Amino acid sequence: MANQTKFKDTDIEALIGWVLRIGVFVSMIVVFIGGVIYLSRHSTEHIDYHDFKGVPDFVHTLPGIFHGILAGRGRAIIQAGIILLIATPVVRIIFSAIGFIIEKDYLYVGITLLVLCIIITGMLTGHGG
Amino acid sequence: MSVLVLTLIILVGAYFAGLLGSLTGLGGGVVIIPLLTIGLGINIHYAIGASLVSVIATSSGSAAAYVKEGITNMRIGMFLEIATTTGALIGAMLSLVIHAPIIAVIFGVILIFSAIMSLRKKDTTVLQTESVWAEKLKLNGSYPTADGEVKYGVRKVGGGFVMMLFAGVISGLLGIGSGSLKVVAMDSIMRIPFKVSTTTSNFMIGVTAAASAVVYLQRGYIDPALAMPVVIGVLLGALTGSKILVKSTSSGWLRWVFAVIVTILAGQMIYNGLTGKI
Repeated sequence: MANQTKFKDTDIEALIGWVLRIGVFVSMIVVFIGGVIYLSRHSTEHIDYHDFKGVPDFVHTLPGIFHGILAGRGRAIIQAGIILLIATPVVRIIFSAIGFIIEKDYLYVGITLLVLCIIITGMLTGHGG
Repeated sequence: MSVLVLTLIILVGAYFAGLLGSLTGLGGGVVIIPLLTIGLGINIHYAIGASLVSVIATSSGSAAAYVKEGITNMRIGMFLEIATTTGALIGAMLSLVIHAPIIAVIFGVILIFSAIMSLRKKDTTVLQTESVWAEKLKLNGSYPTADGEVKYGVRKVGGGFVMMLFAGVISGLLGIGSGSLKVVAMDSIMRIPFKVSTTTSNFMIGVTAAASAVVYLQRGYIDPALAMPVVIGVLLGALTGSKILVKSTSSGWLRWVFAVIVTILAGQMIYNGLTGKI
């Protein structure tokens, strides 16, 4: 069975293709729903992005976003969709790692986990510095 | 400007940015950032945040299609992602301390470089020699063509890695995919065949952008009300672009038109940066 590794390779590639497609599709629907709610409530308000002021708490912290979604706030729902979108490539890395484990390619299991660690470092240290 | 008017203007602008970015292979970010900052007076940090989100959407969307065809080299992608994600974190941290006008000037310079790169002729020779490191890291591969599988070798792994680190820094600093820099690393330095380098670069862009996006999220760069029309518009534009690309045979004149537009935008970014208007 010389073709076995190749077969598994394309298998995991097909799976990764699906992960990416579903991730983008689902997150875009969430962003769209949030956008419709936001516009239906705030469309006539005046807005100015000239100065950088960060973003309000209900779209900034995870608990804030969670409460915002429960309260049906459009921007909190959009932000949840954006977080889903950002998570899509990260989930892809996890699937790549599983693929390399199945192939018993431990060098690349290590490399994949290293990339994952770098991103997690960003998640944990993003507030500091 | 009212929320509705601003959202609609951004949505239409982002659509054309995504369309042009997809047709020329430069990505939507290079057009959307000048549009938001120079055109609509939006702070460059918000513009970068919104652009980066759209980069993840288009990269993941098209990577899904490429991966299926079996051209993408997952090992090269994964290995070089060590460099791009590290660079992206450094870039995202740097964007906190570098002043907005300087970011605008750097953006302009990278933009001009990307425009030149999009015009250059593609080298189609396939390298057969293999380096020790490429062998150790199992980077050499093959890809399907009309005449069957074509094997290729990879060289200068270290040089490519360093260039990728730089591409990551630029991506994290400017909120763009920096696909042109990634292609330089893979085409010119590592001599990976054009088809493989393009799809693999695209595959890596999403992960690179996600690394800096997690920092941007915590820093409040990503404003949902602004990112919403940008990401939807750019993605729809890119989808239209990929449909047109399949039908048309030659997009030579289009590359020239786009290169001119991008150079003008780049000049304005540099001018606005130098005069402190951004």
